[in-house]
Order: sequence, then structure tokens, then C-alpha cells
Amino acid sequence: MSGGTHLDNANPVIYQRSGERVLTVEEEDEDIVDPIDDREIFVTLEDLNVVEQMRVNVDDQGSTVSVEFTPTIPHCSMATLIGLSIKVKLLRSLPNRFKIDVHITPGTHASEDAVNKQLADKERVAAALENSQLLEVVNQCLAAKI
Amino acid sequence: MKDTLNVLHKFNAHPDSRCWYVAWNPTGTLLASCGGDRTIRIWAREGDSWECRFLLPEGHQRTVRKVAWSPCGRYLASASFDATTCIWGKKGDDFECLTVLEGHENEVKCVAWAPSGSLLATCSRDKSVWVWEVDEEDEYECVSVVNAHTQDVKHVIWHPTQELLASASYDNTVRLYREEDDDWVCKATLEGHAATVWSLAFDPSGQRLASCSDDRTVKIWKESHSASEEDGAGTSSDLHWKCICTLSGFHSRAIYDVSWCQQTGALATACGDDGVRVFKEDTNSGPHQTIFSLSVHMPKAHSQDVNCVAWNPKEAGVLASCSDDGTIVIWRYQSDT
Repeated sequence: MSGGTHLDNANPVIYQRSGERVLTVEEEDEDIVDPIDDREIFVTLEDLNVVEQMRVNVDDQGSTVSVEFTPTIPHCSMATLIGLSIKVKLLRSLPNRFKIDVHITPGTHASEDAVNKQLADKERVAAALENSQLLEVVNQCLAAKI
Repeated sequence: MKDTLNVLHKFNAHPDSRCWYVAWNPTGTLLASCGGDRTIRIWAREGDSWECRFLLPEGHQRTVRKVAWSPCGRYLASASFDATTCIWGKKGDDFECLTVLEGHENEVKCVAWAPSGSLLATCSRDKSVWVWEVDEEDEYECVSVVNAHTQDVKHVIWHPTQELLASASYDNTVRLYREEDDDWVCKATLEGHAATVWSLAFDPSGQRLASCSDDRTVKIWKESHSASEEDGAGTSSDLHWKCICTLSGFHSRAIYDVSWCQQTGALATACGDDGVRVFKEDTNSGPHQTIFSLSVHMPKAHSQDVNCVAWNPKEAGVLASCSDDGTIVIWRYQSDT
């Protein structure tokens, strides 16, 4: 964890948010990923275009939610943690019937396959969340809404 | 499709948690379960319902991933994310932790007893498979640490009659081991799955091995005695197993477990799409071609991922399944043929 001392990407591009949305029932699901804090600097993942509405797919009928996230740089060391935080936020927020898939936007990270494989492995995710230090970091990522 | 799978019983085994695994004792009268709540429970049928006969006292600090009964049925081994394996035995009216096996660096994913009861295998995210020897005084000694896999080892299973060990891994392979000069050695690497191999099951004769994977397929492997002459590769003691059948297109998410019924030869799967499926071998399947067809599909067997399926070892057609929804379901499978 590089925290605030050494930044992977010190000058990320800050994007304009897609604006206040009038929420439909379906969109409430998508809105869950909004307030995830990026530890690099104090903006949210949506400000950085790490998470974008167009890369969130909700199939209410089929009970699936898939989110593609885009690390700001291809060697971002935080990619797994960001993915895990998104996954945990969705696991905590959505009804149990939903199957949740979190992937890196294709072509945007050097270790895309390895990170995707780890995020898809529910046994490893379960074990990671029993690690109190890691859980605390994830909770910090999810707690701050700027 | 005239074959049927009917619910006999359903019970909330690990409330507010996930049930990771179930295991029948050798006589098929008790069902042990374990879960994310760190507990191990032993269930028995009483009249029309299933009751928790034993709740094993706190032995593990984290998730209990798998449990396995010894072939004599007197001991239960449990593998946990706390990096330990516990051996439980009945003392008086309760189960007690008799031994704690330590050594793995992190999560122990699976434990399995050899048919003789004198060997035990464990595997872990630390990429290793350990073989333990059990002496007459019930002392456990690690006799081998095998680092054949390049990633997390998910499952270990022993051959039903021989001292042959198989393991499945996050590195997408299955490996087979034999003892050689007092050491356990990897004798074959089965490549073919495109993602994590979650579980394994031998057929009743031990001639074939089924593997299930995150790639949504089940593969059936068979020893091919002629392979060493054909390709001329490897030493004579190497084992050659070939994929003879792939069940593809039936499952819509990861397949977490596979169980091969010792009496009927039916193959059951536990899937991340909440379904339980049973496959049976076609009548025109033979030594030169292996054909399995879908016999029954229960789409909403549970309300969340199905983690495990286990055929009762004595009562033909009785199947147990467990899920992330915390429940266990006991099914009766009936086939026309």
C-alpha cells in the first residue's frame, strides 16, 4: 500500500461526473459503486473514470451485475484492491441473488488476466476478507465519501 | 427426460453464513458440514427431519473449508483458512480435537484420507501438497511436501484402491503423485482446463477421474497404458492420463464440485449458477468412446452458488448438496435406466 507518500499516478485526469441522476430502481444498483474512495488522492473512482456508468451492467431478470473498472495507469499497483473494494461494496449492497462479476476494462492493465482471475475466485476473496488488515483497508476505501 | 431429482429434506445448516462442504461418513448415516461461520456440524436423520447431532467446539479461527471422514469412520479431519488441519475423534458423547496439524503457510483448502487410513493429504494456497503418515498411536508425521503446482492447490483426493494421489489447482492443472523412494513425487500433469480446477472425483473402479473447473466444463480422464510407447517421452514410471470426454455447454458459471456415485456411476455437479446437475453414461458408451448425457438439471437447487455435492456411499441415489445460502439439501435421484 503506497498510501499518500508515493503515488503511482500523481497527476491523474479528473473527469466531470456524469451529473446527478434521477434514480430508477435499476439505477440504484449502479449507484452503489459511486462513493468508493481512491486512496491515491481524495477523489472518487467515478471522478477518475475508473468506474463509469456505461461499464456497469445490471440484468435484474437474470440476477447478474457486472462492473468493468479502468485503472488510471496500466501498472497501477492498486488494481486488485480497487477491484476487491468494488466487489465488497456490491456484495454488501445487493440482494444475495445477484451474481457479481468485477473485471478490468480489457486492455487497460498489464496484469489484467491475473487480477481478473483473483477477483473471480470467491474462495480467495473470502479468505482475503478474513484478513483483518486487508479488510480494514477495504473498509477505509468504502467509508470515505468526499 | 424421465429421470428425476426430488428434494427429500432441506435445512438451514449454517445460518447467516455459507456452507462450503459436506461429507458423508463411510456408512452413510452421518453428514458433516463446515462453513464460513468457522463451525463444523454433524447431522443425522431423526424421523422426518435432520438434526444437528454434534456442534464441534471451536477448533478453527477462520473459515472451515472442507471436512473428511477417515475410512474407519471414527475420525473427522477439517481443513481451515487458519492454516491448520484438525483431527477430531469421539470422546464419550462428544467430538474432541485430538491433533492439530500445522505447517502450511496459509489457507488449507482440502484434506483427504487414503483408503488404508494410514495416510492423509492436505493442500494449501501456499502451492504445496503435504502427505502425512498416521501410526498406530494416532500420531501424525509429515512424510512429504510436494511443490509441483505453480499456484494455489484447491483439492486433493486419493484413488479408491491404490496409493495414488491427485490434486487440482488454480494453475489450471491436475497432478498425480505416487510414492517413490520414501518420497511423494508428481508423476503426471493433466493439462486441458482453461481456468482453475476446483474439484476431482474418481469413478467407482478408479480407472477414470473427473475434474471440474471455473472454465465451466467437466473433463473425464483415463489412464492410457500405451502413451509412453507412443510418444517416447518421460521415464517408464511416469503415469499417462488422457482426457477422454469433456462436458461442455451445460453449466453457465464455475463448477465447484463433482461427485461420482459409487453405486450407480452417475456424476453430479455443483455449480455457481445455483444449479445441481446429474449426468449419466450412455448405454452405447464403451472403451473406445465415453459419452455422458445430462440426466437431470435442477436450475434453482439453492438460492445461491452450490459449493458441494456428495453421493451417499451406501444409499444409491441419495445426494447431498450445500450452498452459499447456508442450506443443505438431501435429494433422491431416480433414473429410468
